[in-house]
Amino acid sequence: MEAEHVEILNFLRKYSPFNELPEEELQIAARNTSVAYFKAGTQILEFNQHIDALHVVRSGSIETYHKDGSLFNRLDEGGFFGEAGLLRKGRVRFPVKTIEDTLLYYIPGDLFNRFYDEYDAFADAVEVEEQRRVSHAVKEHESRNRTLSARVETLITREPIAINKSASIREAACLMTDEKVSSLLIYDDEKRDIPAGIITDKDLRKRVLAVDKDASDPVADIMSENLVFVQHNNRVFEAFLTMLRTNLHHLPVLRQSKVTGVIALSDVARHESQSSLYIVSSIFKQTSIEELSQLVPDVHKSFVRMVEEDANSRIIGSAMATIGRSFKQRLLELAEEKYGPPPVPYCFLALGSMARDEQTVVTDQDNAMVLDDSFDPKLHDEYFLNIAQFVSDGLNACGYTYCTGDIMATNPNWRQPLSKWKKYFTDWIENPSPEKLLHSSIFFDLDGVSGEMRFAKELNQLIRKKAPKHKRFLGSMARNALNRTPPLGFFKDFVMEKDGKHRDSINTKRRGTGPVADLIRVHALAIGAQRQNSFARLEEIIDANILPKGRGPDLRDALELISMVRIRHQALALEAGDTPDNNVAPEDLSDFERKHLKDAFQILSNAQKYLRYKYSGG
Amino acid sequence: MLYLPPDAENKQQKSTIDWPKRFQELAKAAKYPPLKRYYEAGIANAETAIEEVPMVAVDFETTGMNPDKHGIISIAVVPMTLSRIDMSKAQQWVVKPRRLLTEESVTIHGITHSEIEQAPDLADVIDPLLEAVAGKVWIVHYNGIERPFLQGGFEERLNETIHFPLIDTMEIEARFHRQKRSLWDKLTGKKPVSIRLADSRERYNLPFYAPHDAMTDALACGELLQAQVAHHFAAETAISDIWLP
Repeated sequence: MEAEHVEILNFLRKYSPFNELPEEELQIAARNTSVAYFKAGTQILEFNQHIDALHVVRSGSIETYHKDGSLFNRLDEGGFFGEAGLLRKGRVRFPVKTIEDTLLYYIPGDLFNRFYDEYDAFADAVEVEEQRRVSHAVKEHESRNRTLSARVETLITREPIAINKSASIREAACLMTDEKVSSLLIYDDEKRDIPAGIITDKDLRKRVLAVDKDASDPVADIMSENLVFVQHNNRVFEAFLTMLRTNLHHLPVLRQSKVTGVIALSDVARHESQSSLYIVSSIFKQTSIEELSQLVPDVHKSFVRMVEEDANSRIIGSAMATIGRSFKQRLLELAEEKYGPPPVPYCFLALGSMARDEQTVVTDQDNAMVLDDSFDPKLHDEYFLNIAQFVSDGLNACGYTYCTGDIMATNPNWRQPLSKWKKYFTDWIENPSPEKLLHSSIFFDLDGVSGEMRFAKELNQLIRKKAPKHKRFLGSMARNALNRTPPLGFFKDFVMEKDGKHRDSINTKRRGTGPVADLIRVHALAIGAQRQNSFARLEEIIDANILPKGRGPDLRDALELISMVRIRHQALALEAGDTPDNNVAPEDLSDFERKHLKDAFQILSNAQKYLRYKYSGG
Repeated sequence: MLYLPPDAENKQQKSTIDWPKRFQELAKAAKYPPLKRYYEAGIANAETAIEEVPMVAVDFETTGMNPDKHGIISIAVVPMTLSRIDMSKAQQWVVKPRRLLTEESVTIHGITHSEIEQAPDLADVIDPLLEAVAGKVWIVHYNGIERPFLQGGFEERLNETIHFPLIDTMEIEARFHRQKRSLWDKLTGKKPVSIRLADSRERYNLPFYAPHDAMTDALACGELLQAQVAHHFAAETAISDIWLP
C-alpha cells in the first residue's frame, strides 16, 4: 500500500501556500518531504549556497539575515524560506540561522517549482508572503538606519578609564590590561575636567616598543594632545565620519564639558560599512599621485559594496564625500611636502556635493582657496597656484575630473583672500540677479577641507546672517532653481533626452537630485539653516515649518528614491565593467522603480511650483 | 512501550561485538538467500562517525508486548542519515498476524479488520523489508519490540533468526535523564523524568505527533535521534558510543 504521511500531510494542509493545493498534490508533497533537526543557534543556510528544497519550519523558529548580518526576518511554525533562491538561481539570498531548536520539513525544489507554475493560487500565496516580508524588511531596514542615527552616548558602556600624567608608561599599560580597554585618558593635576591627552594600544606599540622607550618614563611623554571630542548628542554616524576625517580611532565623548566615556572605532564600525574606512586609512599612506590613483578601483568596490549592503543614499553620499575629502587632504599634504609650508595661512574649500556630503562615483572637482588677508599676490600667489594645480591634477588622476565650469582653486578668481571672498558673497546676496547667480549657487554649499577651517566657518556665518534678510536674493536663487525640471511630460510620462549619446534615458542628476538639492538650498538659505547636507537641511526646514504639511517628508523620500536609483545604476555599471554615469534608461528599471520614480518626480515638480510661489515676491 | 527500560543507572558500556565481522559470519551461516544478501550488504563498524552511518528509523505496531504471544500488524521503515530523513523512500507494510487480533489493538492502531484480513503474511514482506534495511543501522524507541518481534517472526517462518545492531532512543534518553536522579529525588518521591517518545520529543522542542501509526512513530523516532545527537553528541561521535552495547 502507498504509505500516508499523516502528520506531514495534516501540517502542510494548515498553512499557506500549501492550503491552496488540491488534495492529491498535497499528498505528493507530504510523501516527498524530508526532515531535519537543528539545535538553536545553528547556521542552516549560507549566502549563495546551492539550494534544492523549500524549507518549512515545522517547530521552533529561525532568523534570516542580510549578507552584512543585519536581521531580515523571523519565521516560526508554518513559515517557509528558500523560495527566492528556488525561483531564481538556486542560490541562497538570505543566510538563515535557528534561534530555537527547530525541526524543518523540506519540499523538493522541482516539486515546488511545478506547483508554482501550475497553480496560480499557490504562486500568489507565495508572492503575498514575499511581499509581506519585504515590507517587514523595509521596516527593519529603517530601524537599522535609526541605529546609525542613534546618539553617541548610547555606545558608552562604562565610565572612562583615566590615569595621572605623572604615572609611568608601565602603570598605564597595566591599568589598560586590568580594565580591558584599548585607550586611556590622561589627566593633569591642575585641570581636572578636561583630559590632557589620550593613549591607545597603538601608542604603546609605536611610541614605546618600536622605539625602545623606557617603560618607567612618564606616560605624558607618549600621549596624544589636542584631543578631538564628540558631543554626547552627536549621531553615531557623525562620530564615524569624524573618525574617518581625523584618522583617530578613539574619541572621548563630552557631555556638558565633562568626559563621560570614550568610543572606539570598533564600537562604531559595527554600525557602518567598514570598506570605506580601509580606503580612508590607505589614502593617508600613499606617497604620490600615482599611488593615490591606484586606489580608485578600491573606491569603486567600496561604493558597490555599500549599495549591496543596502546602505541609504545619505550614508553612501557621506562615505564617498569623506573619501573625496581624504584624497584632497592627502594631496595637500603631498603638495606642501613638495612646495614647502604655506607662506600665509589658507583654507582649502570643498564646494557643492562634497560640501553637502552627497557624492557618488561620478563627480567632478569643485574647489576653492581662501587665503589669509596678509596675502600678497606678488610674493605668494605662485606658491598657491602651484598647490592648487598639484591638487587639481591629483584629483583628476583619482577620478575627480576637472570642473567644466572652472570652479577650481587654479582659477585666480577662486583663489582669493578672506576679505575678497566676503565681498563676493555680500555682492551676490545684496545685489542679486538670476544671471549673476547662475553659476554661483555652488558656492553656497561650502565646507573647509584643510588648513584654517575658521575661514570657511566665517563665510558660512556671513551667508546665514545675510541670506534670510534678502528677498531679492532668495527670489533669484529660486528662479535659478527652477531652470532644471523633472523629466515628466504632460501626460505624466517620462520625457527622455532627445539626442546625443544618452538618447532615451533620463539624467538622474540634472533632472533629479540636482534640482532637488537646488530647491532645498533656497529654503535652507531662507531660514539660515546651519547644515549643508540636503537631508539635514530638510530636517531644519521641516522644523522651521515653512512648507505645507507633509511636503517636507515627501521631498525627503523623493530625494532618497531618485538618489538610490542613480546610485544603483552607477553600481551596476561598475560591476559590469562600464563607465558609470547619471543616465538611467527607464526600460532598465523594474516596474516598481519606474512607478515610484514617476511619483518622486511628481513630488519634485510640485515642490518647484511651491518654490516659485513662495519666493516670487523678490 | 508502556513500561520503563532496564536499569538505566548502569553506566553505558561499549559494545564488544565486532558487527561487520559478525555479519560476515552470519552471511556464511544464513540459509535463506535474501537473508544471506542482507548480511553480505555489511554494516557500519564501531568507529564510524554517526554522521556517516546510513540508518533506518523503524516502528512496528503489534497486537501486544510479548513476542511469544502477540504478532506484528504493521511495519514502517524510514531511511535516514543524521542530517536528513527521507520520507520519499519511506515504506510501510500491513501484515496479518498469525495470532489473535484483539479489538483493543485494532482501535489503537487505526487499522481496520478488513485491511488486516486482506494483508499478506510477514513471510511475504520479508524480502522487501530486508532490502529496505540492508546496510543500515536500526533506530527504535525502546528495544523490546521491533528486534524481538522480528526475530520471533523469522524463527517461526524461516527456522532461522536475524541479528543486527540497533540504536535505542529511549535508552539514550535514559542515559541523560535518569542518571541525574539523586537519592534526594528518590527519597522525596520526585517522579523520574518520563522518557516515553512523546515526552522525550517535547524536551527537544519537537512537535507533537499523534501516536500509534507506524509511519509517524518511525518518523518521530528518527527526528528524536537527530535531536539527541545535536544536543548530547557530535556529528563525529563514533556509532559505538550511541548504539546499544
